[in-house]
Amino acid sequence: MALVIDTSLCVGCGACVGGCPNGALALENGVAAVDENVCVLCGVCVQNCPVGAIDIPRETNAPDTTAQHRDVWVFAQRSEGLAEVSLELTGLARRLADSKGQSVTALLGGGTEDEAAQLIAAGADRVILGTQPALAQMLEAPYTDWICRLAAEYKPEILLFGATPFGRSLAPCVAARLQTGLTADCSVLDIDGETGLLRQTRPAFGGNLMATIVTPHHRPQMATVRPGVMPLPAADAARQGQIVTDDAAVAPGLVELLQEVRDGGGSALQKAEVIVSVGRGIGQRKNMKLAEELAAKLGGVMGVSRPLVEMGWATQDRQIGQTGTAVAPRLLIACGISGAIQHLAGIAGAKTVVAVNTDPNAPIFGAADYKVVADAAETLRALIDALE
Amino acid sequence: MRTIVCVKQVPASNEVRLDEKTNTIIRDGGEAVINPFDSHALEAALALKEQLGGTVAVLSMGIPAAAEMLRQCLARGADEALLLTDRAFAGADTLATSYALFQGVEQLGDFDLLLCGKMAVDGDTAQIGPELATRLGIPHVSDVFSLECSGDSVTVQRELGGCVQTLRLPLPAVLTVTRELNVPRLPSIAGVLRSETVEIPCRSAAQIGADEAQCGLKGSPTQVVATFLPQRTREVVELTDTAALLPIIKGGAGLGTGD
Repeated sequence: MALVIDTSLCVGCGACVGGCPNGALALENGVAAVDENVCVLCGVCVQNCPVGAIDIPRETNAPDTTAQHRDVWVFAQRSEGLAEVSLELTGLARRLADSKGQSVTALLGGGTEDEAAQLIAAGADRVILGTQPALAQMLEAPYTDWICRLAAEYKPEILLFGATPFGRSLAPCVAARLQTGLTADCSVLDIDGETGLLRQTRPAFGGNLMATIVTPHHRPQMATVRPGVMPLPAADAARQGQIVTDDAAVAPGLVELLQEVRDGGGSALQKAEVIVSVGRGIGQRKNMKLAEELAAKLGGVMGVSRPLVEMGWATQDRQIGQTGTAVAPRLLIACGISGAIQHLAGIAGAKTVVAVNTDPNAPIFGAADYKVVADAAETLRALIDALE
Repeated sequence: MRTIVCVKQVPASNEVRLDEKTNTIIRDGGEAVINPFDSHALEAALALKEQLGGTVAVLSMGIPAAAEMLRQCLARGADEALLLTDRAFAGADTLATSYALFQGVEQLGDFDLLLCGKMAVDGDTAQIGPELATRLGIPHVSDVFSLECSGDSVTVQRELGGCVQTLRLPLPAVLTVTRELNVPRLPSIAGVLRSETVEIPCRSAAQIGADEAQCGLKGSPTQVVATFLPQRTREVVELTDTAALLPIIKGGAGLGTGD
């Protein structure tokens, strides 16, 4: 496996050199050359090359059993009742299954018939209701055992999880057991019209680029999807579906749950109708109080961008973005946030976005309805005064 | 107490720009650093060593230059390092990476605890810890923000978006850790001097008995078929004063637009 540069096609433009995350490429005698001691075959240069001179030829020796697999499955997570993301995933699975002429199955552990009915109303054709007591707790081991047994038996083609903390921990256990690929934190999923493969689009390289990923030869094709990114499907009470009770034993695993304390957590951001968010452009840490004050006046909450969490100015439960919380408020006022791609992916569900930034070319303005080129702290002060 | 810490070298910056003329991506990568979350995993291992005695080994899969990152881990107090480096490992997705690390862990022998950062800041997948635990057939907990170890079991806490769980696991176990867990120490001068002359062991796929068909690009079920910068999605209206902004904000917040 190696990076192959066709020097007869290379025009020496250097696009690959500037785009390499690892500094593995250079121009030598007017054409691109790779340092194999530095290259990690990430493939950015293959996409970046304007003349198609770079390729990473792949060989695979995976036994192709893809034809035996069909249908779209979702893991329906519970957390004090059915988690909203479970319905979002079911709606998404419905669209994917329809475009392949397949059916949708939702896996509901420790749930109720009423929750199963909600999943059917959201688009599921079948709900497998796991009734073993071990499935009543959010623990990876029993769920891995349960899901892998069902997947081995029924052979789904696609298996989706919510990218909640639990889903992000459980899905890789399942993927490793089933020896298949898993794409984290997808914001777009669709079916390739030609190959029928699931196209999984997610932020890459710290969220500053988007990457579309496929799993051609392994099944199921697995992905996690951030809560709040996919629309909540309208409940159709007339939809018919089957509820299958599964009471077969599951291995409980060795992790013992000693205590579970509800704390509301980051869900305050998820539920907020109004969010005032701040980023590095707020200047000083003490200015964050202004955002909290404006948020309080508007009946909302304060959120932050990733750099403020990395600087230790705020805890991660305040972080908005693909790697934090995806939000969908009626009103988002983004102050001093430049708008990294992973952040923009996390605010795609906001209805009205007002962005305040001193840089008129900040990417945040590309995701905003209203643009204010100004200092974040000054604007916050002016708005607070005006609302007094 | 023997702890293995998996560490990854990542670009210091993830900034990217688009060259509008050529429609190609330009990166401002700069130097490579240890993944920040992995620093917290290493700190946790060093603290446990101070508390319970034992050794700390650091393990990485990466390019030959990643040996310097492992040297810095030794300078902070790790006792042993192992770098898995081979062209056969290049282009690995998480399944292939967890396979190589699994083989590397076997090389390092018995252990009590295996620690990873919650995720790597360049990939953000958070999959390596759970995949490695599954391959090892031992229990795991992700996103740990508090940790107490007795020597034969570990009690941890994690936030699951709305609730905090307190969990107990028998050893050996795998944990992935958050930044809230601790504050990583800096290397000591003595540590730097000690680590300077250490030769970091580097092993190829063949040397660790890894099946090349399960490594790197060849062993990766997932394939990247496109990378791109997203397009702007909204029509933006520029406002020049707060007075114009006020009704929009009041309306959006449902406060009414009158004064």
